Amino acid sequence: MAAGAQSGRVATTGAFRDAAFTGLLAFALFLPLIGFLTGVNGSNELILTTRWPLLFAFVAIAAIGRFIYVLALKPWLARRAQQPVRAEAPAWRAYVTDWIVPFAVALVIAYPLVIFFTLGSNGGQKWIDNFGIQILIYVMLGWGLNIVVGLAGLLDLGYVAFYAVGAYSYALLAKTFGLGFWVLLPLAGILSSFWGILLGFPVLRLRGDYLAIVTLAFGEIIRLVLINWVALTNGYAGIIGIPRPTFFGIPFSAADNGFAAVFGLQFSPLYRIIFLYYVILALALLTCFVSLRLRRLPIGRAWEALREDEIACRSLGINTTNTKLTAFAMGAMFAGFAGSFFAAREAFISPESFTFIESATILAIVVLGGMGSQIGVVIAAIVMIGGSELLRQLDFLKDIFGPGFDPTQYRMLLFGLAMVLIMVWRPRGLIATRTPSVFLKQRKRISADLVKEGHATRGRG
Amino acid sequence: MARDGGAVLKVEHLTMRFGGLVAVDNLSFDVERGAITALIGPNGAGKTTVFNCITGFYKPTEGRLTLQHDAPALWNALEDLTQSGARSVTRTDGALFLLERMPDYLVAQQARVARTFQNIRLFSGMTVLENLLVAQHNRLMHASGYTLLGILGLPSYAAAERAAIDAARGWLDRIGLLDRADDPAGTLPYGAQRRLEIARAMCTEPVLLCLDEPAAGLNPHESAELNELLLVVRDEYAISILLIEHDMTVVMNISDHVVVLDYGIKIADGAPDAVRDDPKVIAAYLGVADEDEVAKVAGEVGL
Repeated sequence: MAAGAQSGRVATTGAFRDAAFTGLLAFALFLPLIGFLTGVNGSNELILTTRWPLLFAFVAIAAIGRFIYVLALKPWLARRAQQPVRAEAPAWRAYVTDWIVPFAVALVIAYPLVIFFTLGSNGGQKWIDNFGIQILIYVMLGWGLNIVVGLAGLLDLGYVAFYAVGAYSYALLAKTFGLGFWVLLPLAGILSSFWGILLGFPVLRLRGDYLAIVTLAFGEIIRLVLINWVALTNGYAGIIGIPRPTFFGIPFSAADNGFAAVFGLQFSPLYRIIFLYYVILALALLTCFVSLRLRRLPIGRAWEALREDEIACRSLGINTTNTKLTAFAMGAMFAGFAGSFFAAREAFISPESFTFIESATILAIVVLGGMGSQIGVVIAAIVMIGGSELLRQLDFLKDIFGPGFDPTQYRMLLFGLAMVLIMVWRPRGLIATRTPSVFLKQRKRISADLVKEGHATRGRG
Repeated sequence: MARDGGAVLKVEHLTMRFGGLVAVDNLSFDVERGAITALIGPNGAGKTTVFNCITGFYKPTEGRLTLQHDAPALWNALEDLTQSGARSVTRTDGALFLLERMPDYLVAQQARVARTFQNIRLFSGMTVLENLLVAQHNRLMHASGYTLLGILGLPSYAAAERAAIDAARGWLDRIGLLDRADDPAGTLPYGAQRRLEIARAMCTEPVLLCLDEPAAGLNPHESAELNELLLVVRDEYAISILLIEHDMTVVMNISDHVVVLDYGIKIADGAPDAVRDDPKVIAAYLGVADEDEVAKVAGEVGL
């Protein structure tokens, strides 16, 4: 007992020392970042104000957080790391995932109708557009990127480039040639996958960090071309007045031949939004269906084998060049679909919508969800995109923190925090199991600890 | 067992240089059809380099590597093929491949040379069964209409997949891993991983099977099992085997023909018994300069 008390005291002293050091570090770091605020006064002079209480609040958060981490969280993680790797995931999760899918699909199909009939035309728009459609776009993008990153193990930091290609393809072709949404949707997908193959060729020999850098650069190149090729893309100003999708030829307008008039309904802008919701839902489900099918086909197995061991793949006669290019092309195609939907929904696009932060968000969704997991992507997209939309809705915080408080400014901070927590708690993402594509007697889920991430093998000490 | 005595693979004047280092120097030998040929030699003799040249992972600096399917008469076409600059010649009764002109995946896909690796390269996060299905990729890819028909879910692919699973099941039964078919390959014990890697190579339906130290790290019991497996591959499937091995019991028990390398140069080539008694081979293994010293050192170590 005495020895236990002794070691407890030593641990507490150590934690105090660690917390004090962290506090000092935080103070040095936050002093220029938070402690001082530069602003302009009434006579247009630069003035310096100090914010000591806020600075000390942050330093205290860092120190106390470190104290709790060292004293409580670290021993717990160490104990957890010592547990042997389980080859199989627990069985209850299998039941939950089997049962949750049909339920979730029914829920998302009923969702806009439920909102429409409960909240009506005015209140419902926000919930269907900002939450429903926005999240579904990112779910679809996440599933598309999952083919490249999760299955084939090729780290792609420039995925938004294909989203941009899809959006600009739709916008330019629709405005120039007057083609309709349903014609241009597959066309945008094909053009995007063409660009996917084009990116694929130079990066075939690259792996890991090098691949990530080149794809990152590719994303920026596309964006810079969109900004600077003013004659075609109208540069920063973007493209306005992109034709909106019609209900199989019937426009969603207040006119006599509009959707509401034809079906004898009272005009409401919500009909278009509900229609768009179902379009993106169908596209997302198509993405999911195709990628699940692909996983069970030889090409999908080859992608996963490529992620596990490229040299072994080649020794088995698999053409790794074609296999990688198809992964890039497939992933890019779904981004192209999503991009053309995005252009049709917004009716306005500009290079602003296709910055690196979009790529990072999509990649974060895939990584947080668990690489290769379809359901994980959905959960991560709901949390990340829904969460940032939710921040806009938190007006009551203004009553607490004063009228100048804007919760959306804390978006990146919260993301970073969530990312750190997930990486501490579940380093392989939310759904860290792999489902075998084929089985003889029993489909056993494989713990992600055995599955390689492709770009780098994680060391386990 | 039909061993017609003809060569399935001819290695001629193979030289591989890495900068100033000559890993393999002017090496020539034949791999006999339906036989087990062992490639042995001290560490660093260039054995794995030879393997990497045969399987297309390295492009040899010089030399010709010819693999022949089915018709021994085709050897007569070798000079014409070499002159023509083509990779291979295919006739109704057989085919001839110049392996040094082919990329690695085509060596496996068309010339049908399968290989295993010194440090096991299984797809550890995939199940045992999936490992064997990946090996049948090209056949399944064709059956799935290069993915297009497969996505539409046509029944022809389902039938092909069932056939592939049956083939895999046969091999799992053969190597005693049927019960573990749905477990991740990374969780298998070491010996089982070695056997699975051989089964995976066999699932590509090879003409020549190249095994890089298949007995490394196996205990005597597992080693004996491996011997049996290799004899089955040779006798029942009539597949030629080329293996690198350090375990002399494996080499002496099962190989029909032994080639010895030292510092990239062939120092002996013949039947196992003849090679075992060759003073040059003993000198190489004991690490002495010439044959005169062998008697001295052998006396010291009590041979």
